[in-house]
Amino acid sequence: MAEAVGLCRPEVICAYPITPQTHIVEDLGVLVKGGQLTDCEFINVESEFAALSVAIGSSAAGARTYTATASQGLLFMAEAVYNASGLGLPIVMTVGNRAIGSPINIWNDQSDSMSMRDAGWIQLFAETNQQAIDVHIQAFKIAEALSMPVMVCVDGFILTHAYEQMDVPDQEQVDHFLPPFEPRQVLDPADPISIGAMVGPEAFTEVRYIAHHKQMQALKVIPQIAEQFKGIFGRDSGGLISTYRADDADTLIVTLGSVIGTISDVIDEMRDKGQKIGAVTIRSFRPFPLDEIYEALKNTRRVVVFEKCLAVGLGGIVASNVRMAHRGLTSPVYAVIGGLGGRPITRASLRELFEKAMIDDLEETTFLDLKQDVVDHEMDREEKFTRPGAIAENVLRQIGVVDVAKTT
Amino acid sequence: MTDQQVKFYQTGTLTAGNRLLDSELRTVQATIDRSNSLDSGHRACQGCGEALGARYAIDAAMRATNNQLIAANATGCLEVFTTPYPESAWRIPWIHSLFGNASAVATGIAAALKVKGENNVRVIAQGGDGGTTDIGFGCLSGMFERNDDVLYICYDNQGYMNTGVQRSSATPGGARTATTMPIGPEPGADFDKGKSVPLIAMAHNIPYVATASVDRLHDLEAKVQKAMSIRGARYLQIFVPCPLGWGFNPASTIQIARMAVESGLFPVFEAEHGEITASTKIRRKVQVEEYLKLQRRFAHVLKNPDQLQKVQNIADSNIRKFGLMSSAGGEE
Repeated sequence: MAEAVGLCRPEVICAYPITPQTHIVEDLGVLVKGGQLTDCEFINVESEFAALSVAIGSSAAGARTYTATASQGLLFMAEAVYNASGLGLPIVMTVGNRAIGSPINIWNDQSDSMSMRDAGWIQLFAETNQQAIDVHIQAFKIAEALSMPVMVCVDGFILTHAYEQMDVPDQEQVDHFLPPFEPRQVLDPADPISIGAMVGPEAFTEVRYIAHHKQMQALKVIPQIAEQFKGIFGRDSGGLISTYRADDADTLIVTLGSVIGTISDVIDEMRDKGQKIGAVTIRSFRPFPLDEIYEALKNTRRVVVFEKCLAVGLGGIVASNVRMAHRGLTSPVYAVIGGLGGRPITRASLRELFEKAMIDDLEETTFLDLKQDVVDHEMDREEKFTRPGAIAENVLRQIGVVDVAKTT
Repeated sequence: MTDQQVKFYQTGTLTAGNRLLDSELRTVQATIDRSNSLDSGHRACQGCGEALGARYAIDAAMRATNNQLIAANATGCLEVFTTPYPESAWRIPWIHSLFGNASAVATGIAAALKVKGENNVRVIAQGGDGGTTDIGFGCLSGMFERNDDVLYICYDNQGYMNTGVQRSSATPGGARTATTMPIGPEPGADFDKGKSVPLIAMAHNIPYVATASVDRLHDLEAKVQKAMSIRGARYLQIFVPCPLGWGFNPASTIQIARMAVESGLFPVFEAEHGEITASTKIRRKVQVEEYLKLQRRFAHVLKNPDQLQKVQNIADSNIRKFGLMSSAGGEE
């Protein structure tokens, strides 16, 4: 990924460590310090809030700018995330998807990116390591075409810490695909402009509408750029959605990110047994491709949205969005929450889940592999001790991660 | 201009007019070709010290950089009163991002200029004391320790004025603010709290730190000019009285600023690489009581001998620490 970002000739890179994205900026630091990546300023900042703030300054001054973060880091920079999109700055940022605490957890789920889904950034999710490379290269082009920041979302550890043979494009190809950054306006003493003025009720709605309208335009631009990419690099690794054995499927699994790998294995097994099941993978979560998803879902008998995130107090985040695309259709939409905080998503669990789905034996919201006994035990305890307090440590005690004898 | 000392044989005034000076010694503000970077028509209050300080500082920085200047601005009064959409009072390239990140945005601008080889274009960041000493402090310290090529200017009006006069870590002990009301056994802001960002800036060992006050224009402009002659992280804190937040007659801004300096409550000094190199001597020492009594925010302090003594102690301590009295002991 670092190599792919380097091929895009970023001019300013802001680095702050947070697992699991750290080695991306580390490797970029090596490229810059080692002299392979020239005309690039690599800045070690003191926080994620500073990382994106420095990126805002450099992008506004006309430099192609990149940073990366994850989890708590993305939340720490939240104010700047909204600011970067509001200012229309084409920054590209990798998010190595990771759970959000408390309880602190370094492992993969997609709660972090989802928390910023309404921040005005384009959000592209990579399915494979190859896509992670390819999407970064497309991200700069999309960002600069639309004057809008792009978040490239890659599952932490699964995509950030994998060893695999990759096809890394050569510099000439990338230069051909991605010309130098030429912004519409920059901070320039020869032509002084004010950026970031206060806007009151008389125009704020229009400014926000245009932000939305531009995301709707992105629904056209993202596939166009994916086509151009395919023309040069010969790979289909962008666009809004992808489908897997979906054409005649009675049951469609909708998901995003790397979990499609395991899901497609299970689909293959079930297809071998004659079961009509397929998948739709959302590659662009923002903008959300309502029409494409509607088209993909309109002939199926049931929809299972599998997601690694949770809207606490509601259910599925992705499922809520899919239900918007699904409007007017009568098939049921089931939300399944799985893989939170890095819990492994096994083929066995998915097979059992999909078998149940195929006989419509699912709740509206299901938690995959939930340890119900642990939950029941803690809820009993909560009822007995009504004073407020943390629950995570109790759960750890109960499942034996912490020595019970010492703590009860 | 230079900071050469000129002796005037006048009495009764501290403000010898520029017209008595040779043209090369006059202030940037007194010249016909000043850039007016912060133009008229903005919406600052009458007597606003911050508007004055910003105009002085930016015009001087423009002169020093041959008009090759970009500014990043923190959220606050200065941002709000200069850029009510769709108007802007700025004649320089100017960006406002957030309350707490002006120094980081400036770092980014400086990095972009460096990578593009535009070494003649210089960057300043600016904000009020809230945006500097409190919410923007992390980014500021980061910018300092990396020695990024940015001059950060803090317009210090000792509180959050834009949001309605609340206490910041630059609010002096005893002062009434909306969050330190003059009630109870310890009325006003607590003593022994708060921080000196100029001293903290010095602890970063950056090449240049200075304080200035809007009452002494020559000194302020000379410090801006000096700051712009240096590369790396620089910090300038300018004392800017706030008529609305402090409760004084808007015609008294300069007088109040002068009394803050002449009482020792706002030490004016310069430091290079962590060492104080110069401090402005008090010419006619003012008792703190004289300074306090012009401001409603200290009305209760004047009736409280204990608090009054604490304020005097702060002034006396500054005088010792920064060597603010000349060896002759000043002109009492």
